[in-house]
Amino acid sequence: MRRRLLLLVPLALLALFAAVAWWRLASPPDNVIRSKLEGQKLPAFVLPAALPGRAGLDSAAFVDGRPRLLNIFASWCVPCIAEAPVLLELERRGVTIEAIAVRDRPTDVAHFLDRHGDPFQRIGTDIDSKVQLSLGSSGVPESFVVDGRGVIRFQHVGPISPADIPTILAELEKAR
Amino acid sequence: MIAEAGLAALYLAAALALMQMAFGLVPALAQQAMTVVRPLALAQGLLAAIAFTCLVVVFVRTDLSVALVAANSHSAKPLLYRFAGAWGNHEGSMLLWVTVLALSGALLATLSRAVPERMLSAALGAQAALALGFYAFLAIASNPFARLDPAPAEGQGLNPLLQDPGLAFHPPTLYLGYVGLSVAFSLAVGALVTRDVGPVLARAMRPWVLGAWVFLTLGIVAGSYWAYYELGWGGWWFWDPVENASLMPWLAATALLHSVAVLAARGGLRTWTMMLAVVAFSMSMVGTFLVRSGILTSVHAFAVDSTRGTFILALLLIYVGGALALFAWRAPAVGEGARFALVSREGALVVNNLLLSVILAVVFFGTLYPLMIEAATGEKLSVGPPYFNAVVGPLGLLLMLLLVVGPLLRWRRHRAPLAKWVAPSLLAGAAALIATIVLAPGISLLSRLGLAAGVALIPASLMPLAGRSLRRTPLAAWGMALAHVGVAVSVIGMASDAAFTRERLAAAKPGEQLAVGPWLIDFVAVAPVAGPNWTALEAELRATQGGGTKELRPQARMFTSPVSETSEVAIATAWNGQLYTVLGRQTGNRWQLRLWWKPFVTLIWLGGVMIALGGLLALVGRGWTNRRRRRRAEEFEQ
Repeated sequence: MRRRLLLLVPLALLALFAAVAWWRLASPPDNVIRSKLEGQKLPAFVLPAALPGRAGLDSAAFVDGRPRLLNIFASWCVPCIAEAPVLLELERRGVTIEAIAVRDRPTDVAHFLDRHGDPFQRIGTDIDSKVQLSLGSSGVPESFVVDGRGVIRFQHVGPISPADIPTILAELEKAR
Repeated sequence: MIAEAGLAALYLAAALALMQMAFGLVPALAQQAMTVVRPLALAQGLLAAIAFTCLVVVFVRTDLSVALVAANSHSAKPLLYRFAGAWGNHEGSMLLWVTVLALSGALLATLSRAVPERMLSAALGAQAALALGFYAFLAIASNPFARLDPAPAEGQGLNPLLQDPGLAFHPPTLYLGYVGLSVAFSLAVGALVTRDVGPVLARAMRPWVLGAWVFLTLGIVAGSYWAYYELGWGGWWFWDPVENASLMPWLAATALLHSVAVLAARGGLRTWTMMLAVVAFSMSMVGTFLVRSGILTSVHAFAVDSTRGTFILALLLIYVGGALALFAWRAPAVGEGARFALVSREGALVVNNLLLSVILAVVFFGTLYPLMIEAATGEKLSVGPPYFNAVVGPLGLLLMLLLVVGPLLRWRRHRAPLAKWVAPSLLAGAAALIATIVLAPGISLLSRLGLAAGVALIPASLMPLAGRSLRRTPLAAWGMALAHVGVAVSVIGMASDAAFTRERLAAAKPGEQLAVGPWLIDFVAVAPVAGPNWTALEAELRATQGGGTKELRPQARMFTSPVSETSEVAIATAWNGQLYTVLGRQTGNRWQLRLWWKPFVTLIWLGGVMIALGGLLALVGRGWTNRRRRRRAEEFEQ
């Protein structure tokens, strides 16, 4: 009887191998490198308004208990034009979007918003990219999901495409 | 037209394999099966060979209307790589695999006259079942002959890392090894089906195991050297999952080679040998699966495709699971065979088998451990050289100690005193140990013991030849001695490389002089050069050591189709080692140079080749002995 059981050991090993291999085939590895900023507090900043007559943006505005999307853009940035309709769609679905315009002029920002729509609550102007760099952002556009306590929950590098909408909404929901 | 002919041949071969499987394995058809199965096996081998030839032809002609050619070849490629490109990709290499499988079935059908007919037809049925799965795989998931319409104007080229003469030989050699083990597997299935496990089976199985083992050894040696000079990291073994995938069948085949000797000579170790025969080929399948499915991250990033992975996994489960179930069912009927004392040739071979099996288990679990942990806990980790070296090293040393004594023991029970034969080797080993302690106090314990064990093993391996009439010594005994000396030589090379390598990373300007180990290296100049489908920056180095000067020209190569960069290592080989140089990036007016001096590193591969040659000698010698035995039996009948 013991010998019989011993003869089944190779089969058991095969089953183990198959189970592990099957698991891996069914769930391919997640090779996404999570941003180091996620889980960190938004750096403190106070930015003047990018447009006359609009509110500027400071980091204190993010600690009112509501999750928000922080979008970094520029009027001179071509991918931002592609992103604009997606941001409008997000706003239509009830997302609060704050913005930082990087190295920009008020007239150009106004022109950009006239042509491509204005989904933004407040727009701060970051003349020398200081705040952009402190956020660990190296280019435009970039977006951050920030929860109601001012903690960055998710970083999206590059333009948000229509396919990214569910991810962004899910991250905002998680940050609630 | 040629591509369609190849596809037709493939389908026909699959149909014949289906018939061959039915006649070989279905008991109701088993009467007179051999009269049908043998011609079927021959025809199937021929058709598979035709299909493969068709693929080679479309590659050599660069027929870009074939999707596989367009994706992997380019008309500007040199002829050798257009030729070898046929199997430098997933589909082509699977076609090569099934071709070798079918051809070895045909060879088995022709050569194995001594095997009982019923066992042979069952074995050929099993062989056809193996081939059938891979025909289905090619037809369903990886058709190598699919057309592109319209045909592109130019192909996408072959991965430049693969544009190397080594590619022409590395995969075919490994496949000959993998597939040779399939015959041992099929013969074991045949023997289990007929419940007839004995010396006759072992003698039929042994040449296949020996041949497969020779090819696996050569494949691993060549692969190791390829990685050494092509990847430019200065290492010769990385415990990369794909390297492990080729090492595992080799370990199983090495164990099988030694246990099949017990079965052939003494009729012992019956169930164990059957299990090893199944396991050895299973490891080839596991290896193929690991490489093809891409489930493990590796430098051999091949086709990462989960459909293909699932298909191969299903085949693996059917074949290996089926054979292991048959084994568990029939093994009690097979029996253990002749008994023996612990101190005997059989006893030493059993310990050899145990050690090799433990190493196999260590490599198997080490390779899969990251996956198992991630499946269980979600945590990601990797298992690398620190684990493998620390566990496999000491086990390897134990094996070498066993090798000093084992071949001297007699079959069944050893009574004669051993000291006289073992003492010289142990003295040599002790002398080497003391020498390393005095001359190189700083090296690691494992390297030190490796050097000593290697030095002890050289005389010990020759000892079984001592006192014999050398002219009457069978070729197989010479082969064994040569292979064991090869092990010693290889281990000395590994230990020396680990203990004495000197490395230098420098940012240098042309005109400067650098020193590494005993070498003085003049950095003369950097100049652009051009090849058939690449351009490169080439450094000119003049290396001097004592008297002679050697010129080295490492390159940083840019390939045009597809666009990519590789570094071409330049190596100067001296009698006592290799100088290994790599040209890196330019920073300002300085160039990164990586220089290694690797004393006696060449012994690693020299030893590997000796091991393979030893196997070849044994193969040829056994062939002669078998033929003589058969002839004598025929004379006796007359």
